[in-house]
Amino acid sequence: MSNSKREILRFRGPGSGGKGSSQTKGRQADPATVEEISDLLGEMPRSRDHLIEGLHLIQDRYRGLSPGRLAAMADLYRLSLADVYETATFYHHFDVLDDGDEHPPEITIRVCDSVTCAMFGAEQLRCDLIAANLDNVRVVHAPCMGACDQAPAVAVGKNQMGKASIGQVEKAVAEKATNPVIPGHIDYNTYLLEGGYETLRNCLLGDLSREDVISRLESSELRGLGGAGFPTGRKWRIVSGFDGPRMMAVNADEGEPGTFKDRYFMESDPHRFLEGVLIGLWAVEADACYIYLRDEYPAAREILLRAIAKLEQTDLLEPGCLHLRRGAGAYICGEESAMLESIEGKRGLPRHKPPFAAEIGLFSRPTLINNVETLFWVRDVLEKGADWFSGHGRNGRKGIRTFSVSGRVREPGVKIAGAGITIRELIDEYCGGMADGHTLKGYLPGGASGGILPASLADVPLDFGTLEEYGCLIGSGAVVILSEEDSTADTAINLMKFFEEESCGQCTPCRAGCEKAVKLMQCDDWDQPLLEELSQVMMDASICGLGQAAPNGMLSVFRHFPDDVKRG
Amino acid sequence: MPLDGTNSEITFSLDGKKVTALPGETIWQAAKRLGTDIPHLCYAPEPGYRADGNCRACMVEIEGERVLAASCIREPAEGMVIRSASERAEKTRKLVFELLAADQPLRAAAHDGESKFWQWADRLVVSGSRFPVRQTPDPDPSHPAMAVNLDACINCTLCVRACREVQVNDVIGMAYRGSDSKITFDFDDPMGDSTCVACGECVQACPTGALLPATVANPAGRVKPDRQVDSVCPYCGVGCQLTYNIEGDRLLFVEGRDGPANHKRLCVKGRFGFDYVHHPDRLAKPLIRKDGVPKHADANFDPSNPLKHFRETSWEEALDVAAKGLKKVIDVKGGNGLAGFGSAKGSNEEAYLFQKLVRTGFGTNNVDHCTRLCHASSVAALMETVNSGAVSAPFYDCENSDVIIVIGANPTVNHPVAATFFKNSVKNGSKLIVMDPRGQALSRHATHMLQFKGGTDVALLNAIMHTIVAENLTDEDYIQGFTEGFDELREHVAKFPPEEMSDICGIDAETIRMVAREFATARRGIIFWGMGISQHIHGTDNARCLIALALMTGHVGRPGTGLHPLRGQNNVQGASDVGLIPMFFPDYVSVDKEDIRRRFENFWQAELDPNPGMTVVEIMNAIHSGDINAMYIMGENPAMSDPDVRHAREALAKLDHLVVQDLFLTETAFHADVVLPASAFPEKDGTFTNTNRQVQMGRKALPLPGDTRQDWWIIQEIGNRIGLDWTYSGPDEIFAEMAACMPSMNGITWQRLLEEDSVTYPVGEDGVGQEIIFREGFPTETGRGKFVPSDVTPPDEVPDDEFPFILTTGRVLEHWHTGAMTRRAGVLDQIEPEATANLSPGALARMGLQPGDILRVETRRGAVELKARADRDVPEDVIFIPFCYVEAAANLLTNPALDPFGKIPEFKFCAARVSATPSKPAN
Repeated sequence: MSNSKREILRFRGPGSGGKGSSQTKGRQADPATVEEISDLLGEMPRSRDHLIEGLHLIQDRYRGLSPGRLAAMADLYRLSLADVYETATFYHHFDVLDDGDEHPPEITIRVCDSVTCAMFGAEQLRCDLIAANLDNVRVVHAPCMGACDQAPAVAVGKNQMGKASIGQVEKAVAEKATNPVIPGHIDYNTYLLEGGYETLRNCLLGDLSREDVISRLESSELRGLGGAGFPTGRKWRIVSGFDGPRMMAVNADEGEPGTFKDRYFMESDPHRFLEGVLIGLWAVEADACYIYLRDEYPAAREILLRAIAKLEQTDLLEPGCLHLRRGAGAYICGEESAMLESIEGKRGLPRHKPPFAAEIGLFSRPTLINNVETLFWVRDVLEKGADWFSGHGRNGRKGIRTFSVSGRVREPGVKIAGAGITIRELIDEYCGGMADGHTLKGYLPGGASGGILPASLADVPLDFGTLEEYGCLIGSGAVVILSEEDSTADTAINLMKFFEEESCGQCTPCRAGCEKAVKLMQCDDWDQPLLEELSQVMMDASICGLGQAAPNGMLSVFRHFPDDVKRG
Repeated sequence: MPLDGTNSEITFSLDGKKVTALPGETIWQAAKRLGTDIPHLCYAPEPGYRADGNCRACMVEIEGERVLAASCIREPAEGMVIRSASERAEKTRKLVFELLAADQPLRAAAHDGESKFWQWADRLVVSGSRFPVRQTPDPDPSHPAMAVNLDACINCTLCVRACREVQVNDVIGMAYRGSDSKITFDFDDPMGDSTCVACGECVQACPTGALLPATVANPAGRVKPDRQVDSVCPYCGVGCQLTYNIEGDRLLFVEGRDGPANHKRLCVKGRFGFDYVHHPDRLAKPLIRKDGVPKHADANFDPSNPLKHFRETSWEEALDVAAKGLKKVIDVKGGNGLAGFGSAKGSNEEAYLFQKLVRTGFGTNNVDHCTRLCHASSVAALMETVNSGAVSAPFYDCENSDVIIVIGANPTVNHPVAATFFKNSVKNGSKLIVMDPRGQALSRHATHMLQFKGGTDVALLNAIMHTIVAENLTDEDYIQGFTEGFDELREHVAKFPPEEMSDICGIDAETIRMVAREFATARRGIIFWGMGISQHIHGTDNARCLIALALMTGHVGRPGTGLHPLRGQNNVQGASDVGLIPMFFPDYVSVDKEDIRRRFENFWQAELDPNPGMTVVEIMNAIHSGDINAMYIMGENPAMSDPDVRHAREALAKLDHLVVQDLFLTETAFHADVVLPASAFPEKDGTFTNTNRQVQMGRKALPLPGDTRQDWWIIQEIGNRIGLDWTYSGPDEIFAEMAACMPSMNGITWQRLLEEDSVTYPVGEDGVGQEIIFREGFPTETGRGKFVPSDVTPPDEVPDDEFPFILTTGRVLEHWHTGAMTRRAGVLDQIEPEATANLSPGALARMGLQPGDILRVETRRGAVELKARADRDVPEDVIFIPFCYVEAAANLLTNPALDPFGKIPEFKFCAARVSATPSKPAN
C-alpha cells in the first residue's frame, strides 16, 4: 500500500461538528444481564403472555426491576422497551427502579388500608410500624388483601397475618417469617374419598353429556358470583356456540374490598373448585384454562399449585392445559376483560364491549370466564340437582349466596346463606349480632363498589337486582357493617381513594374523575352539585364498572347519611 | 386493499332521522358522513389509526342502554335509536372537556392554542374548569426535533398508537396507572435519549400541543405558517407525499399527506430534514475556478468558504465558460471524449433533458447516474429474465401477503415508511422472513431472522430453491404457463443441498428448509430486496436467484406477490425510465438497435451515437486513461459515492474541464472549473417516480434564493451554447415531449398529475394505473419469464490475516446518500453529527477497545479514522461504516471490483483491519 493511501485525509464535514453517540439509539441490553435473566427464566416460554410471570421471577429474586434487567427482558421476549416498561409500571407489586436506585429492603410489610382494616386502626398500625424503624424493612400501605374478618391485616413478605399487632409483625420480621402459612384444607385423597371428581369422570366418560351439564346449570339459578350475576348455564351455552378453538379463564382476582369468600373456597376445599374448572373446560371444549389468581393470596397459590400438580399425574388433567397465573397487585384485573389483558402479559386495561369475551376473549378466542365461587358450586349442582341449589333462598329469592362479612359484628367471616337474606337476618343469624357496644348505622352490601345502605334499610332482601333502587349493588356480597362509631364520609373518602389508586387510567371520567373527586372530598365542605355532576358522568361514560361504580359510596352518603358531611 | 368481509348496510335512527351506516362504519363515522360532527379527541379519522374510545369526548345516548356509548368505537346495530345531541350526552361531553381542561396550561399559555383540544373546547364553550388541578410533568427539551410538554397531555394515546400501531417504532408507551399514568419514551427516558427514530408521527397525531415540532414550539404560542404547498418528499424512493408549511420564504414544518405510498406517514428525513435549503453553505452565485488554483484529489477545502478556490461570477460568464470547455472537447475529440452524470434526485424532466443534452449535444451515450451504484445489477437480472426493470407490485401490497421476504435490505433505515407497512402486515398476521448479515430493527418482528454470512446469498438462495424442488413445492401450473428454462434450473439447484450450503452461508439446513417451505407453500409471497443483494460482484446472480424463487413458486402477478427491488432515491426509477443510463434510450430501449436509434434520431432531430456509453465507474477509469477529458455533472457526487473514491477524485482532478451543477460546494464540485448554483427540491415543479412506479407531482413551494436558477433552464442554456436550439418554457413542456417518446407514460399527462398528484404506470385501458403487473406473463419475446441459474461466486476480496474483518457500507437513518443535503439539515445533523464505525460489542471487547474510542480502519485502498460505535446488529467479524461522512469517507476503503453484468461495485464486502489510535482522545 502506498503511503498516500495510509495517510488520513482530514476533511471538514458540512455538519456542525457535534459529537456522535458511541452506541446505537437508546438503552441497549447488556449481554451479560441477558444471560443472567435467561438463566433465571429457565424453561419459561419467551412469549408475551409470560411477561408478567417473568417479571415476578426477577422481583422475587432481586426485590426490584432495574432498568438493565428490564432491558434484558425486552431483549429476551423480543418486545420493545416501552412494552416491558408500561406493563411493569402498571402493577403495584413490581418495584420498577430507576438508574442508580437502590433495591428495596429485604422485607416489605404491606398494611391493608381498605375500609374494614381502616376501621380497625390500620393507619395507626402503619405509623407505628414505620416508627419502629425495623432493619431491612419497608412499610407500605396496600389495598384489601382479603382478610377483612381479621382486620387489621398485614403481610410481612408473603406471610399474611390477621388482627395484626406491632409485636406480631416484629416477631415475623425478626424470624424472617416471610413465607405464606398454608392453612389446613381438604387434599386430593380426602376429596376423592367423599366422591370427588366422580362427576368430572362421568363427564369425561360420556355418562353426562355436555347438553345435560349445561341445561342442569341453566335450571339451577346458578349465577356469576364474582358480582355480575350472569346466569352460568346460559354463559356456557353462549361460549359453546362460537366456533373454536375456545379458551377458559377463571377469575380468582378477588379484589373487591371486603371480599374474601373465593379465598376461603380455594384455601379450604381447592379440589371442589378445580373440579368445577375441569368440568367447565370440558363442557365448552376449551383448549386451555388460565386461572388468574391475585398475588395477595400466596397461600392459595401454593395450595392450587400442589393440587394442579397432583391432577396432572392423573388422567383427569392433561399437563400443560391448566395454567395458574399470578396477578401483580391490580384491583382492575378483577374486571374480566382487564384480566384477559393481564393474562396476555399486558397492562390491565378493560376492553370495550361489545365484543364480549364469550365471542372474542383470551388471545382473541371465544372464552368462558367464571369466578371461583361459581365454579365451586358446579359439582354440587350437578350431583345434587338444579333444585337443590335453587331451593335455597328466602324472601322470594333463589340460590345460595356467600357473604364475606366484616366490620362491627361479633363473628365476622364467610357466611353461606340463601339469596334474599336481609342484613338484619345475616347479622343476627350468622354473625352473632352486632359487636359489643356497637349499634348498626349502615352497611356496605357489595364492597367498595356497592354503595352504603342505612340501618333503616336493614330489611331489604340482599340479591342481584334488589338494591339498585337504593343506589346500591350486591356485587360479590362483601358486607361491611358500620356502626354509629363510624363516619360514612370517612368511609366514602376511603373508597374513593381506593378507586383513585386502582383506576387503570384509561378513560377520562374514571382517571380524572376519581382524582378530582378525592380532592373535592378532602375539602371541608363537599361541593355536592359538582360532585353529583361528576358522578353522573363517571357512571354514564366510564368504560368499565370501576369508574361507573366508583361514586356509589359518595352518592350514598348524600342520599342516606346527609348529616355525615358538610356541603358547600 | 385487503378484502373485507362485507356486510350489508345497517339502518338506524340518528337524532330522530332514519339513516344507514355503511358496512363497518362506526356511529361517529356515519354521523360525520351525514353531516353531524361529534366532538372527538382520542379518535383521529386518519388512515391507520384505530379508534380507542378512551377520552369519552364523543359519547352518545343509545336507547335501551344503561350507559352512554363512545361513538368512535361503537358500530350501530339494526334498528338502534341513537341520540347524539341529547342533554345527557352533551352534558357528559362538556364535563369530559372540563375535567381535561383542569389540568391543561391556561388557554392563554397553551403550547398550541389552535390545537384540536382547544378548537373543540371552543365549540363546546368550555374555557376553564371548576375542578382542582393535579401536578403535571415538567417539559422535556431533550430532542432536537420535537418539543415534549406533557402538561398539555390528555392521555388520549394517539401518540402511542402513532408510534406502536401506525409506524410500529414502539418507543412511546403509557406507563404507570390511574391518574399517575403518563406518556413515556422507553423507560420514561428523555425523548432525546430514547430509541426514538424521530418519525414525528406522534407530533402529527397529538391533539393538544403536548408534542410539537420544535420549529413551531414557542413560549408565546405555536408559530403559524402563512401558506401551504403540497409536494413530495425529496429523499428516498418511497415517495411520500407531504405538505410544506411556509412562513415568509422559509419552510416552517412539514406534514405527511395521504399519498398512496405513505398515508400521511413520514420519516425523520422527510419531516425534519428540510432546512438544508436555507443552509448558509448554499451557493447563491455561479462560481469559476480562480486562475492558478490547482486541482488535486487530496486537496482539502472548506465547503462553507468556496471563495478560497473560486470566484463569483455572472450567469453569462459562467455559462459561456462552462459551455466553451465542453465544446472544445467535442470539437477536438468528439462526443465520446465527454460524459455526463445526471442525478436520481432531480425530476423526470431534468433527467430527460440532461440525457438528451448528452446524447444530442455531446453526441455520446456516456450518461449515467447513481443507479449504477444501487440497483444496476437488479435491473440487469430483471431485464434479462422478465424484460422489465421495475417492480411488479407496490410495496404496500405486502398487506395481502402471507409471507414477506426482506433480503439484503434494511428498510427501517433506508425506506422507513415502506418498513412501516411491512411491520403493519406482520401485526396483521403475515410472516416476515428477514435475511441479512446484519441484524436490524425488523429482526424483532421477523418470524425467521437469517443472519447469513455476507456474500453467500447465492448459496443460501440456491439451497432454498433446492428444497422447494426436492420437496415438490414448486407451482407447476405457473411454471408451465408462464416460464421457460426451468428444467435447467432444476438440475442446477440439485447441486446445492442445504446441508452443503449450510457451512458456506452459516444458516443451518433445517432453518433453510423451513423458510423454503413457508415461502413456497404461502398462498401469497412477496420479495423485497435492497443493496445487500445488488452491491456485490455477484449482484446480478443474487437477483437472478430471487427472480427464480418467485417464478418457481408462482409468486408473481397476483395481489400480495411479486418482486420488489426497493429503489433507493426519490427518482432513481424515473431517471432510469427516462434514459439517464448509457445503454438505453427512454423506456429501456437499446441504443444499439438501429430501428430504435433511427426513431430517436427522428424524434430528437439529431444524429445519435450507435454504441452504448460507459457506466459510472467505467467513466472514471476512462478519465484516468485519458479517453474522457470533460464532464458535466448535475447533482451527483461521485467524489463521495464511487468505490475507491480516491481513484474517482483523482479522475475528477484530472479532467480538463468539469462543470458541476449543485446546491452546495460538494466534494465533487470542489474539483470543478465552473459551478452552477441550482434549485433545491422545494424550489421547483417536476414529476418524480417512486419505487412503486408512481409518477408524482412535486410543486414549487419557495422562491429561488439568491442568483440560483432552475436546473432545466441551466441545462437548456448549456445546450444552446454548444449548438442546440432549445426553447422549452418549463417542465410541463419537457414532460409533454418526454411522454411522447415513452409508451409507459401513456395516459399520464402533466395536467392529470396536477389534479391527481400520483398516477401509477402503466395506465390500463380503463385509465387506471396498474399497480400489479405480469398478471398474464411477461413482456419478453416469448411472453415467458426466464430462469437463469447462478453459481456461487466468492466476494472479490475476502478477509485474510492482514485484513481480517469484513467492511460493509450503507446508510444511517438520518443521512441520505453522500450527506450533501442531510448533513446540512439541523435536526439530522444534531442526531447523527459524526462518522462512526459500527462493530459488535464483542469485537470491540476482544480488541480491548471501548465504544467511543477513535479507531483506524484500513483496507488495501485507504484508511480512515473515526469513532467506534457498539452495535449489536453487527456480526463479530464485520465493520459497518456509513458512506455519508467526508471526514471519514467509507468509500476511500471500498473495493471497485464490478459485477460483470450490472457494472455495480462491491460496496457490501471488502477486507479490512481495525486498530486503535491512542493519540486521538475519545470523547
